[in-house]
Amino acid sequence: MMNQKDALTLIEKIRGDAIVVPTMTGRTTWTEISTDDSVEIPLRGAMGKAASVALGVAIAQPNRKVIIIDGDGSLLMNLGTTVTIGGKKPANLYHFVIDNGVYGVTGGQPIPNANGFSFKGIAESSGYTAGFEFNDLEDFATSLDQVMSTQGPVLISLKVVTELDDSAMTLGTGKSVGQSFQDAKKNLE
Amino acid sequence: MLEASLTPAGIIGELNKNNITHVVWLPDSETNFLFEGMMADDSLELVPVCREGESMAVAAGIWVGGKRPVVLIQNTGMFESGDSIRGLGLDIDFPMVMMVGYRGWTRHGHTPDSAGRFTEKILDAWNIDYFLVETDSDVSRISDAFALAEKTQKPVACLMGAEYV
Repeated sequence: MMNQKDALTLIEKIRGDAIVVPTMTGRTTWTEISTDDSVEIPLRGAMGKAASVALGVAIAQPNRKVIIIDGDGSLLMNLGTTVTIGGKKPANLYHFVIDNGVYGVTGGQPIPNANGFSFKGIAESSGYTAGFEFNDLEDFATSLDQVMSTQGPVLISLKVVTELDDSAMTLGTGKSVGQSFQDAKKNLE
Repeated sequence: MLEASLTPAGIIGELNKNNITHVVWLPDSETNFLFEGMMADDSLELVPVCREGESMAVAAGIWVGGKRPVVLIQNTGMFESGDSIRGLGLDIDFPMVMMVGYRGWTRHGHTPDSAGRFTEKILDAWNIDYFLVETDSDVSRISDAFALAEKTQKPVACLMGAEYV
């Protein structure tokens, strides 16, 4: 199992000019480590819609990579979007899922059927170009270039240790979601 | 049953007039007549979704990315989409136009389908302005909706009430 911050730090190092859409516990960690928030759209409590927002950005900006930092419970709330993404097949979309089996922002309750299904398998059967699953940091580090050079849409399940984060839903920390949308829109013009 | 005369050409013409690039949609029985016309229009890219709540989120992403989307769903799907309309429409000042199939609309007061009865009440509760589009003579209201959305930087709805019972 990996530490979430270590895994996301590896992604941040290779993001280049990618647009990033982080949500839930991944949002908190990403906001801490990101060195450029000009084209980031962090979402709080969006009922699983981070991947849908990112799909829209990927469609409108086909020449830039778009990275989603999703949660497992978050994606389950909007699982049909994997089929939507698989149908549109945006070649520039990279869908990372913090896969720790719990709702990290509400106290660590298990998600339904935790460890009884595979996001990698769901992605592959939904029309993503490829699915990956990593639970070892060194393995992830050595494979990340290959992952990011694979034509999208790609889903990458990150098996990480449980970290609870009751700050992920709070308002008043950092930019508002609305401001992030407005800033990203301006910076993408 | 009253004869509705709302044709694809009029509606798609309004979308073209407003430089719409993407139609994020889930088919419904009130607006399915648009499908072939939209497919045939090279200036419109269709983005089909699995559930209506996705549509506002996808449209928000397209808008951030610099294109001009419109959402096309049924009122039942709009009910399901409540949190997306709140968080990814109203809260982010997204000038989104939602074309909403007005299931249950009968235009003679008696509305046995609760989908029809609740539609305007829910839009009123969200403080979302709306226009009724029933026939080709109403389609200019679609441009009115885009203009109002731009002016207010908030979502606006067009209720597509073309299927009378």
